[in-house]
Amino acid sequence: MTTTAVAHETLSTAQAINRALHDAMAEDPAVLVLGEDVGPLGGVFRVTDGLTATFGEDRCVDTPLAEAGIAGFAVGLAMNGMRPVIEMQFDAFAYPAFEQVVSHIAKMRNRTRGRVGLPLVIRVPYAGGVGGVEHHCDSSESYYAHTPGLHVVAPSNPSDAYSLLRSAIASPDPVVFLEPKKLYWAKGEVALGERREPGIGTAVVRRQGTDATLIAYGPSVPAAMEAAEEAAREGRSLQVVDLRSIVPFDDATVCAAVESTGRAVVIAEAAGFASVASEIAARVSERCFHSLSAPVRRVTGFDIPYPPPKLEHVQLPSVARILDAVDDLQWEDA
Amino acid sequence: MLLAPDGRPTAAGTAHLPPGEELLRGLAGMVAARRFNDQAGALVRQGRLAVYPSSHGQEACQVAAAQVLDGGDWLFPTYRDTAAAVARGVDPVEVLGLLKGDWHSGYDPYERRVAPLTTPLATQLPHAVGVAHAARLRGESTVVLALCGDGATSEGDFHEALNFAAVFRAPVVFFVQNNQYAISVPLARQTVAPSLAHKGVGYGIPGEQVDGNDLAALLDVLSGAVARARAGEGPQLVEGRTYRIQAHTNADDATRYRPDDEVAAWVAKDPLVRLEAYLRAEGILDDARAAAFADAAEQVARRTRDGINHDVVPDPDDLFRYVYAEPTPQLVEQLALVHDELGRDESSQDEPSRAEAHR
Repeated sequence: MTTTAVAHETLSTAQAINRALHDAMAEDPAVLVLGEDVGPLGGVFRVTDGLTATFGEDRCVDTPLAEAGIAGFAVGLAMNGMRPVIEMQFDAFAYPAFEQVVSHIAKMRNRTRGRVGLPLVIRVPYAGGVGGVEHHCDSSESYYAHTPGLHVVAPSNPSDAYSLLRSAIASPDPVVFLEPKKLYWAKGEVALGERREPGIGTAVVRRQGTDATLIAYGPSVPAAMEAAEEAAREGRSLQVVDLRSIVPFDDATVCAAVESTGRAVVIAEAAGFASVASEIAARVSERCFHSLSAPVRRVTGFDIPYPPPKLEHVQLPSVARILDAVDDLQWEDA
Repeated sequence: MLLAPDGRPTAAGTAHLPPGEELLRGLAGMVAARRFNDQAGALVRQGRLAVYPSSHGQEACQVAAAQVLDGGDWLFPTYRDTAAAVARGVDPVEVLGLLKGDWHSGYDPYERRVAPLTTPLATQLPHAVGVAHAARLRGESTVVLALCGDGATSEGDFHEALNFAAVFRAPVVFFVQNNQYAISVPLARQTVAPSLAHKGVGYGIPGEQVDGNDLAALLDVLSGAVARARAGEGPQLVEGRTYRIQAHTNADDATRYRPDDEVAAWVAKDPLVRLEAYLRAEGILDDARAAAFADAAEQVARRTRDGINHDVVPDPDDLFRYVYAEPTPQLVEQLALVHDELGRDESSQDEPSRAEAHR
């Protein structure tokens, strides 16, 4: 583990991301931050606060309001020696950039037999739970995860937000960095410095447990942790795996965890059909079948457009829904 | 227009005509470009290329786009701009890599500073702006010339690229080859603007229209735009009015959507005939020089033919090798599966794999 952490600080997730951007920009003049309102305003979530003041408007750049343009512009910047970090203001505002992401960002290295790599990061404030209006709460990870050539990560806490973003900016490949909006204000201790391990592609066991494994990422990890806490009070020991990285997927850590308990529930906010949660359930079933005492269950959003603020509680995986799924894991056979 | 279709200088022309050596270089390029186009078309008919979108009739635009750039500049071509890439010095066989089917792109973009041929319309234009902006941030004098067609001007990326370039004052020349058709759809269905060059007004950048079959005029207008971009005066839009003499590709039937007399009228405005007539009338071109150009073009054709006829056995490993800088554990597993299927693992030496048995 190449940890060269220099200090620990208590920061919110938004502050941790801000610090990661700041530290990466200070370290490498090729790192540029671009997006809508990322300049003097500091972004609608204040994630880029102070970067223009510190590094100038050539390094932290307010762009025209055009997401395909931002993504395509970043391709050219990355082709020519820069390491752009672009912000899509909201999950659903990223869709105009989809062609650039799928047809070029994801494919340029492959198209050119490795000659043109695109070291760029697409930051996407994503998912729900913040009372946002339509187009502000989408869980869009499956679109990106389904596209070969992209790395897709989703931190669940400030410390991972910092280290995963540093890893993403250092990566020679494009990384979609999904920032759970509802965790922007959650605080935690952050190890600062050039901390890139465990890097992209590594899941961690967040909580030890022996009866069943909860597999979650991003905004669903706190829900899983809460469910495990509640289950402990009910006498059931739940293990929690935080994926951190959706692509590459850490089969080894996930399978070892599931094999240790024999039961698994996958938790994600996104609509369940053809989703990342489905992929995880399929992988676990294929790889850990002989260790499983019950079918893998999924607790996901329903297959409906994201609800308006007053109904979003219906959609989000709740502790109760997670515990109901755990209850269904054929304990009578145990 | 500096040269009329019959090769005589126009009234405005004489003052702006590029030097004879530049025009000779352009003619040599056009002769090679046409021969290359014809050769590629023949290779499709022989089943050696999957498809070929020819720039026959657009050779002046193709050659001028390459000729006005310095070595440190960048060219961003579309799938129809193979001849421009060749004119910039990319190996013709590597240029046709996309169409040969061995790989999606055949050349190293950094070697001649030619971006990969781009198939989705207008999507390369914002890339061009980014490359130009990065160079400008570093204080380099790089200019980027980005090509697209008339149909691509309807795409959102065209708009966003021109707007970004204007806002950031990026040194980009957007060169639209208006060949009148987007496959079958005529320009009238793309826009009711008085011209494509007019679109520059909306972005606050100069827009200039030029006869796209007049190499002298193209060199004059494009080199002016490149010089202004290099001087820090920002981007420019240039519309070259030309015509796609052949169908969209060999898979297209142009007689379904355009009349023969329209094509004939454009054939009469052939860019090669025009420039050659001028250069001969001025005594700049003689038979020996013309024969040398034809010979050089034949060499390009031969190199193209030989290279495309040379079969390279594509390596399935490459499908997994370049997706990421380092393959994911999943890709490593999947490649092992492919190896197993193809009977290349050790066990298959005793027993043919299922894939092999069914071949």
